[in-house]
Amino acid sequence: MSAFNAIGADQEVDTDAFTPGVEPRATWCPGCGDFAVLKTLKQAMVERGKNPDEVLLVTGIGCSGKLSSYFESYGFHSIHGRSLPVARAATLANPDLEVVAAGGDGDGYGIGGNHFTHTARENHDMTYIVFNNEIFGLTKGQTSPTSPKGHKSKTQPSGSAKNPIRPLEWGLNAGATYIARTAAVNPRQATEILVEAMDHDGFAHVDFLTQCPTWNKDAKQYVPYIDVQDSEDFEFDVHDRDDAAQMMREADTRLHEGEILTGRFFVEEGRPSYSEEKRQTGQMPDDPIVEQYFDENAEWKPSSDLLDRHR
Amino acid sequence: MTENELIWRLAGGSGDGIDSTSQNFAKVLMRSGLHVFTHRHYPSRIRGGHTYAEIRSKATPVRSRGDGYNFLLALGDSFARSPDEEAYYGNEEVKPLVENLDDLRDGGIIVYDEGLIDIDDVDSVLETSLEALAAEHDWHVYPLDLRDIATEHGREVMRNTAGVGATAALISLDLDPIEALMSDSMGGDALEANLTILQAAYDQVRDEHEIDHDVVLPEGTHEEVPVLLSGSHGVAYGALDAGCRFISGYPMTPWTEVFTILSQHLPEYGGVSEQVEDEIAAAGMAIGASHAGVKAMSGSSGGGFALMSELLGTAEMTETPVVFVEAMRGGPSTGMPTKPEQGDLDHVLYSSQGDSNRIVFAPGTIEECYEQTRRAFELAYEYQLPAIVVIDQKLSGEYRTVPDSVFTESAPDPDPGTVLTEEEIEDAAHHASGSYLRFQYDADDGVVPRTLPGQKGGRFLTTGNEHNPAGHISEDPENRRRQVDRRRAKQEAIRETLDETGTHQTRYGTEDARYGILVWGSQQSTVFEAVDRLNETDYSVSALGVSEMMPFPESDVADFLESVEEAVVVEMNSGGQFRGLVQRELGAYGDRLYSLLKYDGNPFEPAEVVDGVRAVITDDPSVAPPTTRLEPTKATNSR
Ligand SMILES: Cc1ncc(C[n+]2csc(CCOP(=O)(O)OP(=O)(O)O)c2C)c(N)n1
Ligand code: SF4
Repeated sequence: MSAFNAIGADQEVDTDAFTPGVEPRATWCPGCGDFAVLKTLKQAMVERGKNPDEVLLVTGIGCSGKLSSYFESYGFHSIHGRSLPVARAATLANPDLEVVAAGGDGDGYGIGGNHFTHTARENHDMTYIVFNNEIFGLTKGQTSPTSPKGHKSKTQPSGSAKNPIRPLEWGLNAGATYIARTAAVNPRQATEILVEAMDHDGFAHVDFLTQCPTWNKDAKQYVPYIDVQDSEDFEFDVHDRDDAAQMMREADTRLHEGEILTGRFFVEEGRPSYSEEKRQTGQMPDDPIVEQYFDENAEWKPSSDLLDRHR
Repeated sequence: MTENELIWRLAGGSGDGIDSTSQNFAKVLMRSGLHVFTHRHYPSRIRGGHTYAEIRSKATPVRSRGDGYNFLLALGDSFARSPDEEAYYGNEEVKPLVENLDDLRDGGIIVYDEGLIDIDDVDSVLETSLEALAAEHDWHVYPLDLRDIATEHGREVMRNTAGVGATAALISLDLDPIEALMSDSMGGDALEANLTILQAAYDQVRDEHEIDHDVVLPEGTHEEVPVLLSGSHGVAYGALDAGCRFISGYPMTPWTEVFTILSQHLPEYGGVSEQVEDEIAAAGMAIGASHAGVKAMSGSSGGGFALMSELLGTAEMTETPVVFVEAMRGGPSTGMPTKPEQGDLDHVLYSSQGDSNRIVFAPGTIEECYEQTRRAFELAYEYQLPAIVVIDQKLSGEYRTVPDSVFTESAPDPDPGTVLTEEEIEDAAHHASGSYLRFQYDADDGVVPRTLPGQKGGRFLTTGNEHNPAGHISEDPENRRRQVDRRRAKQEAIRETLDETGTHQTRYGTEDARYGILVWGSQQSTVFEAVDRLNETDYSVSALGVSEMMPFPESDVADFLESVEEAVVVEMNSGGQFRGLVQRELGAYGDRLYSLLKYDGNPFEPAEVVDGVRAVITDDPSVAPPTTRLEPTKATNSR
């Protein structure tokens, strides 16, 4: 008998199952884009037939990081920028878990940028949602790595002299195997993308445009978006790396010109996920590592087996 | 005078195979029935640069490298030459000979490679000629063209083998165990050549030299089956037997050794090893793996450990069990990568913000490295908090004979600690929403059992923010106080558990000693050797090797200090960090504690401790003050 019965239990769930019963009330500002992520994530879980006990949601720090507080599942609200290391180790310890990591643009593209690069490179089987509101929300409106050049804030009173991060291209160059951008203003597309991202076998990077009405009033997140999959103007093969790169360049550039392109930008199928790769090369056991601790028949080799080389 | 020990120093250039040769030779001595202890001296570069390895061997257990040595095999530094053979960089190639003479004991042996070391160059570097020095110190000098023997029968790099053959001839060591070891590690032409070289050097010494020295190989037999390994192996094997199946790390000397050993073996033990982008990720990953239910370890050395400190706090706050290794080297900052120091104690005890709630062990021997790493896992997983095992560059890298029973006595420990089964989860307290109440206030020992992601009915939220019983962020004062108290209660419970399982401090020396020495970590065995020597003279001394730093073993240390008039705290740092800890924890004894400190990058040698202790604890003017680089400080109050 498995020690983790919740995993793969195909029970009927609805979004209520992912809603904490009594407390806490979300402390996000009225009109905050984060509500949309919460809502679509719940919906996506339902569509995938997941139940809260088989999901591990790891978040960083920021308004976005509070997602795990308002989402019923196993939750780990870690520290600023560090959700990815925690999450990716969990996928190695127990590949049967549905692992989702989430955080803000400061969290993910700033302080946690190194982890983003390397987690994508390793292609861990997990989904990473970046709430991209182009601002530091929780610390009250400082310039973030995605804020446009010239953006003025209390810490950059004369306007930022830096070019913004280009998240999609970064994800592609780093090695993510599923890259999409969606926006809070379209829950239908967002849900679809989150379902695909979680279904995807490998590192799925979702740049989720959210609005921060409190600190980023002139954000273009309200602007009507164009779905690159629905639009006739964009013919590209989402499985082709060069096509994808070109589309991403266009999307990241247009974002700062005020036009929002969303949809799937790159999907690479068939590349084994990191744990699969490690299993295939004998660097990791076939069964989830964690199960050994609950298996009475597991063999626990003693270190003294290694002593011969020391005699 | 015939000595009862052989201290063999092999000197050469970094990259000349000093490491492997000395390790093999140590094994040969072990197989010949001796106890051995190795010491490695190396510069912080990969090739070239004078380096040596030392092996001390005796019939009885060896506690330290000893003082000085009595057999020098000087290979010459081949990396001092440019690729076009005969062009030398200054006098670099003679360094393995001339730089080692200071510590060579009177009556000692010198074998040097005439093929690389020109005696005229040597004399031009030395103030007095080698011949004159040898006469003065009764050194027995055996020049041999090792390079020539090696090239004639094989390749130049096999000079080492020629040196070992010469050594064997000079101390009447049988070639059989050496040949057996060579056959284990190589084959074919390489083996053939090495065996020939070994014999040729042996014969040449026997044929051409009159052997007239007193240094001989001691005779011994082992009472228990010995193995030869390092403190890093102790930690790594302790982790394996503790059920550790996940390691994440980023290389940094000397932590790298533990990391490497486990990386090589974890897959075959059903585990996984991860070399990641930085120490922050390494710490986060160990936490993530543990949160998901796997026993996990990470670690680093000073600077890398500094990067881990925020996640150390996260493990404390989220009550995630995890074990970290901190292998100290000289600091601060990048400090001295290949030199030991005990300067990170305060860092390890208090790094990360907020009240520290962690376990810290500082093993003093290889045996303790094994046992305390096991215990660190046991307690971390039982009490759900991080445990840190602190070692240093000395302990991590020194090889010693250890009874193999240390590793064979107890079975591996698959117990994941306080984790509920799914059946138990059903009966456990839940929040109205259906989630598990992971952080209830009233728990025995402060410990609320964990549930693991994927277990039915066990879902909960944890956070690095202060949180209420349901795991939700809370700044409620009453909740804050109760959660802090509950987490703090673990410390007391752990202290009791440790007390119940017997004392883990090691007392050594005269029973009713007048003077005491307090020591921690890697300096323990050196101090114990010094205690023997002090007691052989007129002193009455006893030492306490303390290896639990947090929770602090108050009663063990207090009892010890009550039993002596005065005590010297021996440690390798300049601020007396351990003495500070003792005084802070005990709130007394400031007027009875003296510090004997060393912080020049080299560990204490027993004679330094003997001299230092004598100078510090007596007012007798006939006792010479320490001649070594020691700075005894007489403190009358806390730091
Ligand atoms: C190490 C560290 N540095 C800084 C902070 C303070 N801090 C908290 S949230 C945040 C930025 C939040 O911005 P973002 O990640 O974009 O998330 P948002 O709040 O906009 O969702 C910062 C700097 C912290 N908690 N930890
Ligand atoms: S500050 Fe901005 S990001 Fe944070 S909750 Fe308010 S609207 Fe949302």
